[in-house]
Amino acid sequence: MEDRSALVLDAVGLQIGGARILHDVSFEVATGEMVGVIGPNGAGKTTLFNVISGVLIPTSGRVLLAGKDVTSRKVHQRARVGLGRTFQTSSVFPGLSARENVRLAAQSKLGGATSPWRMPRAGDEATAVAMRCLDEVELAHHAGTDAGVLSHGDKRKLEIAMLLATEPEVVLLDEPMAGVGSGDVAGLVEVIRRLHRSGRTVLMVEHHMEVLLGLVDRVAVMHHGELLAIDTPKAVMADTAVQQAYLGETV
Amino acid sequence: MSTVLLLLITGVGLGALYFLVASGLSLIYGLMGVLNFAHGSFLTLAGFLGWEVGRRVGDGSWGGLLVGMLVGLVVGALVAAITELVFIRPLYNRHIEQVLVTVGLGLASVALFEGIWGTDPIQIRLPEWLGGTTDVLGANIPNDRWLLIGTAAVVLVLIVLFLQRTSYGLVIRAGVENRTMVTALGIDVRRAFTIVFAIGGAAAGLGGVLASVYYGQVGAHQGTSLLIYAFIVTVIGGLGSLTGAAIASVLVAVIQQFANFYLGGTGDIAIVLALAAVLLVRPTGLMGKVTH
Repeated sequence: MEDRSALVLDAVGLQIGGARILHDVSFEVATGEMVGVIGPNGAGKTTLFNVISGVLIPTSGRVLLAGKDVTSRKVHQRARVGLGRTFQTSSVFPGLSARENVRLAAQSKLGGATSPWRMPRAGDEATAVAMRCLDEVELAHHAGTDAGVLSHGDKRKLEIAMLLATEPEVVLLDEPMAGVGSGDVAGLVEVIRRLHRSGRTVLMVEHHMEVLLGLVDRVAVMHHGELLAIDTPKAVMADTAVQQAYLGETV
Repeated sequence: MSTVLLLLITGVGLGALYFLVASGLSLIYGLMGVLNFAHGSFLTLAGFLGWEVGRRVGDGSWGGLLVGMLVGLVVGALVAAITELVFIRPLYNRHIEQVLVTVGLGLASVALFEGIWGTDPIQIRLPEWLGGTTDVLGANIPNDRWLLIGTAAVVLVLIVLFLQRTSYGLVIRAGVENRTMVTALGIDVRRAFTIVFAIGGAAAGLGGVLASVYYGQVGAHQGTSLLIYAFIVTVIGGLGSLTGAAIASVLVAVIQQFANFYLGGTGDIAIVLALAAVLLVRPTGLMGKVTH
């Protein structure tokens, strides 16, 4: 199983100043699989993402990306191994145009940003990649627009375009639907579905249950920093422990 | 009328000097969150070394001055890059400590300069034309101001082109907006830190040589006194904004000139009042971004 796993969490724990934030979280996500992460507020969903992406280093356990132990690797090193993430709060660069936002992401992949001698201009490879990614999320018509003035849904799409430009194997989406107007939801769902269909492994935190259950292969339920269950949406919804812990007494 | 014009153009000339120091300060703060108190030392050292090399090439000649400016530029960039690599980088993300290190460097280097070149400023020889004036609509403008304005304009254009047209410029602009996000994209921003320090140091180094042209002397305290004005300019312009620094440089220097002339030498008080006014009305400075 391990060689087919894009992401493995092995008994991951995190203690901050005596407080137990994550405890003994273990699960595997197969290559190409889409897994949703749910749980009440404070269950440790975002912390889990931070541990996977390297913002936080776990105090126990291991994190494996494509079979490689990345537990103590830094954020940008994990990104180079093929991990990409979006954040709960919109994190585009508001003062840069949509094209520049994606171009920046493309640069990190192409290495243009790491060689001081390469000074590409408009019309180079990174910009071509940027335009292709913008096209993929249907934002090409906003290429020259400052990201700061885009609608919330478009900002989310832009984030996904930036993610695509780094050609990640494993994608972490942290509440992609948060704050998105109801009119933009369908378009965004379509973009996420396409992301998954293109063969990428997706891990997604989302409170919008209807959207989540319709998209994912499996659902992981977090509660008090522990993994309560991980199974198909149907099985998880039927699980009595999940119903009591997360969804209340009755559903 | 000619007095107003004289004050205006000499003000812009002084502003050009402020900009050369403030541009680096503003970029460094914008990207790294570090107020670099050692910036004045880059300037002073570049001023001294530029003069030492320049006078050997040709004391009081254009060739000597141009070589001096080149030396100042290179010395400023090198010293700044080394400062970043040796002192700032090991204290990554510890802003207070980073600032304290730059304060220490600033103080220690002045003592070092005094030890080498003495406590009194040294008068320097300049090309004859720079000591003369040019008549502009009846106002006799000292010629050295044209050199200052021209150089600062070229530096401004070059930095803007770098920021707007190159991969690194894009990384730096993005880093000024959100450094964490740049890292999350897989870009190691620390290299951008060194580059920004080097660019800021180069501008300050050039400023060091031009300060010696402006004052007609080189001295161990030249950087320190200019740094105070540059900080005021940086705060008024908005920390992290290059355009803001350019506008504020001219604004501060012109206000200073006019207050000095018409209000009995109150230039310094006038710009401190201007600083207070800007902070009350727009705490982020003229072009500063609202922090979020």
